[in-house]
Amino acid sequence: MNFELNEEQQMIRQAARDYAQRELIKDVIERDEKAIYPAEHIKKLSELGFLGMLVDPKYDGGGMDTVSYVLAIEEFSKVDSSIGVIISVNNSLVCYGIESFGTEEQKQKWLKPLARGEKIGAFLLSEPGAGSDATSQKTTAIDMGDYYLVNGVKNWITNGNSASTYIVIVQTHKEKGHKGINALLVDKYSPGITVGVHENKMGMRSSDTHSIQFTDVKVPKENRLGDDGFGFKFAMKTLEGGRIGIASQALGLASGAFELATKYAKERKAFGTEIINHQAIAFKLADMATEIEAARLLCLKAAWLKDKGLPFGNASAMAKLYAADTAMKVTTEAVQIHGGYGYVKEYHVERMMRDAKLTQIYEGTSEIQKIVISRAIANDDL
Amino acid sequence: MKILVCISNVPDTTTKIKFTDKQTRFDPTGVQWIINPWDELALSRSVDLKEDSSNPVSEITVINVGTSETEPTLRKCLAIGADKAIRIDSEPKDAFFTAQQIANYVQKESFEFVVFGIESGDYNGSSVGGMVAEILGVPSVSSVSDIKFNGSSATIERDVDGGKEYMQVQGTTVIVVQKGFAKEPRIPNMRGIMMARQKPLEVLAAIDSELLTEIIEFNLPEPKAKVKMIDPDNLQELVALLSKEAKVL
Repeated sequence: MNFELNEEQQMIRQAARDYAQRELIKDVIERDEKAIYPAEHIKKLSELGFLGMLVDPKYDGGGMDTVSYVLAIEEFSKVDSSIGVIISVNNSLVCYGIESFGTEEQKQKWLKPLARGEKIGAFLLSEPGAGSDATSQKTTAIDMGDYYLVNGVKNWITNGNSASTYIVIVQTHKEKGHKGINALLVDKYSPGITVGVHENKMGMRSSDTHSIQFTDVKVPKENRLGDDGFGFKFAMKTLEGGRIGIASQALGLASGAFELATKYAKERKAFGTEIINHQAIAFKLADMATEIEAARLLCLKAAWLKDKGLPFGNASAMAKLYAADTAMKVTTEAVQIHGGYGYVKEYHVERMMRDAKLTQIYEGTSEIQKIVISRAIANDDL
Repeated sequence: MKILVCISNVPDTTTKIKFTDKQTRFDPTGVQWIINPWDELALSRSVDLKEDSSNPVSEITVINVGTSETEPTLRKCLAIGADKAIRIDSEPKDAFFTAQQIANYVQKESFEFVVFGIESGDYNGSSVGGMVAEILGVPSVSSVSDIKFNGSSATIERDVDGGKEYMQVQGTTVIVVQKGFAKEPRIPNMRGIMMARQKPLEVLAAIDSELLTEIIEFNLPEPKAKVKMIDPDNLQELVALLSKEAKVL
């Protein structure tokens, strides 16, 4: 067992840290307050190669391992978790899905611009009536011979407006249940697609979340990922990888809030001494540090398994479950340690607390992760 | 046109400094090492210059005098955009020793510019650049804030008291650069980090050199005195403290 990061991994962590601490910090409060999409940052981060960092260099990606990816997402999310989710969706849902299950032609056409960050991707699974219950898809794709005719509405789509490449999960053969589901590559600018209003969210406000409506959208057959009926398996497999990204984002929220709380506790005085010298605060920090370390190890373990080509679905579910709960707990405690200052925007931790809540909800709620883990236990698969 | 950027491997700027061996040696335990920030600016601008095809810069080499522990720093330089790295395999014993090693390498190769950051984050000597120029018998320009190429010559801008000075140079020149030379240090991109694996990092033996200095002792500055809070109504105590303790009255 080796817990050391290699030189490349350290370099990537430092590069992400430098960008976050130097650039993201400047406008993160304003972007949160006004719900501004970070277009300029995404452009710069594309140039640095973070938008496609996991993709094989032969498809214009960075060719980095998943451990490096965890480190980078943590560093970005320490300062700005909206950036964390934009990068995570592009890399581990969209690029990963096409790279793992797409044809060579699909990779050349769709993956390369996504890996270069010239285009951004979105993953359209959730619907008004189908979130965690992914088999209840109402969006239909009728087989019209050489194309599918797509109709329906997708909800809560991260990168909904900023993305131009969609992976859309659709129901083709309703009678076949989850075996009748397909995943289609769709250009956002196809006729019949309407991007709904920007959701006015509680947190992660700098990432753009929209509903997307499909009205008689023609999607060529060659845009289907995998064989007919592969869509449900595609979504589940892709989400396994996506969980590592969201777990790392939650980890970043927790470790970022912890760093701020520690700094504050060392400076702020009450009853004649810095508040870190009061056991009530010191023990909070001790718990926070321990839980963050546990979350980090779970994230890195899941990433390590994925990099080794070993099954990582259970590990990524555990990482996501634990890191998201840790993010919620640690950010709440960070606000508490800051007292009144924690409740105002300029001290950052209130934003982190709002952002943290979403990590327990999207890309599989905490309850869904428990279903994944408990089924693995029941099936002697853990 | 070839540029040599000289790189110091220094403790991270947030490091808590400690000494060992009766205060004669810096204690490197647990220290995070980084590229000296001023050298990083020198390298960043050199890479900018090379990337702009209107400039004649063809190759950037980085050099460091240090043990194998400095190699991560050199590989980061390669990731930022240097083409080649040289490590002279020795502790950088003092400024003159380091300068001799660098000058020896420059004599064997040909560089139009040998670039240094104006100071190093550790010993802060600001000496090696000038010494290298002296050993090589070439011009040295300090406090350089900009450089512009015109054919085979270059115009160097340097800050002088209350204004700017511009000078034209030709042939091998040592330039010692300051903060404005690059806007900010470059962050290595994924491609650069990946390419760094394949770029050459050559290790050369150090030449013999007489040591001209010896460190007798390091001393940390006195810790800052604690602030005493005095009630605004208690003028008597304030006056007493100012006269008896601070002795300023």
